[in-house]
Amino acid sequence: MALAMHVHPLDKHLRVKRLPTIFCSGCGIGIALSAMLRALDKRISEGSVNPNKVLWVSGIGCSGRAVLYLNYDVAHVLHGRAIPFAIGAVLANPELKAVVLGGDGDIAAIGGNHLIHAAKRNFDMVVVMITNFIYAMTGGQVAPTTPYGVYTTTTPAGNPEYPLNVIKLVGALNANYVARASVTTPHLIEQYFYKALAMRGFRFIEVVATCPEMFGRHIGLRDSVEMFSELKKRVVYRHRPSLEEAMIDWEKGIVIGEFVERNNPSFIELLRGVKK
Amino acid sequence: MRRAFATGNFAVAEGAMTAGLRFYAGYPITPSSEIFEYLAEELPKRGGVVVQMEDEIASINAVIGASWAGAKAMTATSGPGFSLMAEAIGLAVITETPVVIVNVMRAGPSTGAPTKTSQSDVFQARWASHGDYIVPVYAPWSVQEAYDLTIKAFNTAELLRTPVILLSDATIAHLWESLTIYDRGEVEVIERKIPKKVSDEPYPPHKPDEDLVPPMPIFGAGFKALVESLLHDEWGHYSPTNSVYHSLVKRLVDKVVKRLSYVYEQETRFCEDAEVLLVSYGSTARTVYLVIKELRKRGVRAGFLRLKTLWPLDEERIRSCCPNAKKVIVVENNIGKIYMDMSRIFRNQDVFPASVLSLELPTPSEVLEAVEPWL
Repeated sequence: MALAMHVHPLDKHLRVKRLPTIFCSGCGIGIALSAMLRALDKRISEGSVNPNKVLWVSGIGCSGRAVLYLNYDVAHVLHGRAIPFAIGAVLANPELKAVVLGGDGDIAAIGGNHLIHAAKRNFDMVVVMITNFIYAMTGGQVAPTTPYGVYTTTTPAGNPEYPLNVIKLVGALNANYVARASVTTPHLIEQYFYKALAMRGFRFIEVVATCPEMFGRHIGLRDSVEMFSELKKRVVYRHRPSLEEAMIDWEKGIVIGEFVERNNPSFIELLRGVKK
Repeated sequence: MRRAFATGNFAVAEGAMTAGLRFYAGYPITPSSEIFEYLAEELPKRGGVVVQMEDEIASINAVIGASWAGAKAMTATSGPGFSLMAEAIGLAVITETPVVIVNVMRAGPSTGAPTKTSQSDVFQARWASHGDYIVPVYAPWSVQEAYDLTIKAFNTAELLRTPVILLSDATIAHLWESLTIYDRGEVEVIERKIPKKVSDEPYPPHKPDEDLVPPMPIFGAGFKALVESLLHDEWGHYSPTNSVYHSLVKRLVDKVVKRLSYVYEQETRFCEDAEVLLVSYGSTARTVYLVIKELRKRGVRAGFLRLKTLWPLDEERIRSCCPNAKKVIVVENNIGKIYMDMSRIFRNQDVFPASVLSLELPTPSEVLEAVEPWL
């Protein structure tokens, strides 16, 4: 019994020597990552993705650390700059399939300008933004997605700002795919990422995640299971919702689904003169 | 080989293409934009990619990404844009990414005088990013040298897996001179080392060879590269310990210092009998050379040391270049920055600053006026 080898079916996608991860108990990143790896595994086994051409790029933050466990070409670069790094890599070698993974601070605050312009260009990449409503790695400061009024370590009197709805922002641009899932719906993360991998142009998936350690602590949901259950209660799935419906409100509810699906020529196709 | 009539900016673009440039990302900024515009016309014809990014931060990060995808990559900018690139220079240092960054200097601080020349960024070129490191910096004084040193910048970057700065200025950028452009095969072009084969077993991708430079596991070739901006060991694993910190930072510095004889270049004239040595570099050195010839006509035994590499400096070569000089005068178009190096290096001579703060190329009379008090 003790001699039995336990091999996880996703081990081949991981730098197993590096495990365990740094993530706190109750963190949603592991759920998101394993859902993405199941989707990638399917794409690889059906032959539609060459694992040697997959490139994972991340910036700084908890979500940024996730790529370091992946047994692929990976780059853990500057805070907010994963998108332009990946753009350079893909332009230099268009065979690369770039996946940018980051938190909402990395992607939508410090990296917000790059996000806007990559979406505007319909650039050939998948961006997965894990939204935990807080700056967790630095100790619980306010994030672009933090709900109004919430206490954080840099807004001790409550967050005076209304949060950024990144789905509406990216949806207003030229992205081919804009979807939101939650770590409480891992099958949807897997399904959306699987679909996104085979599409062209800019593909954006927001994954709403639990962070009991920082966000949960601030809003009185320090317990992992309780935090997960509370998020689950708030998540509402809609079939092909419009961008107007893309509500992300901790009090009123979080709408998940596929908001935008287009098949416009990608940036590289346009560079090469492809018009449709 | 062919002859052309070109500006310094065109020469940089041509030099980059001779060196094998395949990717350029940039953001428009005076006085560097002609490099970008010229490459936008020419590079795609040769199979390369040119892209305008949303800012200089995106440009330099795209250039670093492109280099990891196997392309020789460059960006060009001026002071304000170079300031924005500062953080990513450190990224290129710690990830050992060969990239060339051209800073066509203009007058600052801040927005300053965009169309006017300056040499005020000579220290910024060295120390723009935080942390301990050494990046090579080259400063051309002519259109031909803008071409030659661009090739040298690429070769240094590829040889040592490091970012390299080419410090041009508004004068060189817009100066028209004759230029000899070489074909591939007529000049030395160095390519980075990549691992010999894909390893099935996990391997330490940051383990250096004897030259202290690890082979570069470029993306898309099955190497499973691990590009890490955090302090990392030979496996690429984050490791905030003194032993890893010492070995990484010292290796990043030592790999450059070890090749100082390759990286460092200077030019001397009239040094055999010189009693007073004039030190200069870049566009200002053009005027200084003229002034030295004038001084020699007047009977002043003046020698000329022109730095082509502004960092790192070969202190021994500088110290011994002009053995009989009693005085050293450093002429530069800034508040006297390289003077600080020279006063440290020439320990047994009197070293004087001759700063000419001018928005134009310093004139012979301005240089003479700055130099004469120390003669």
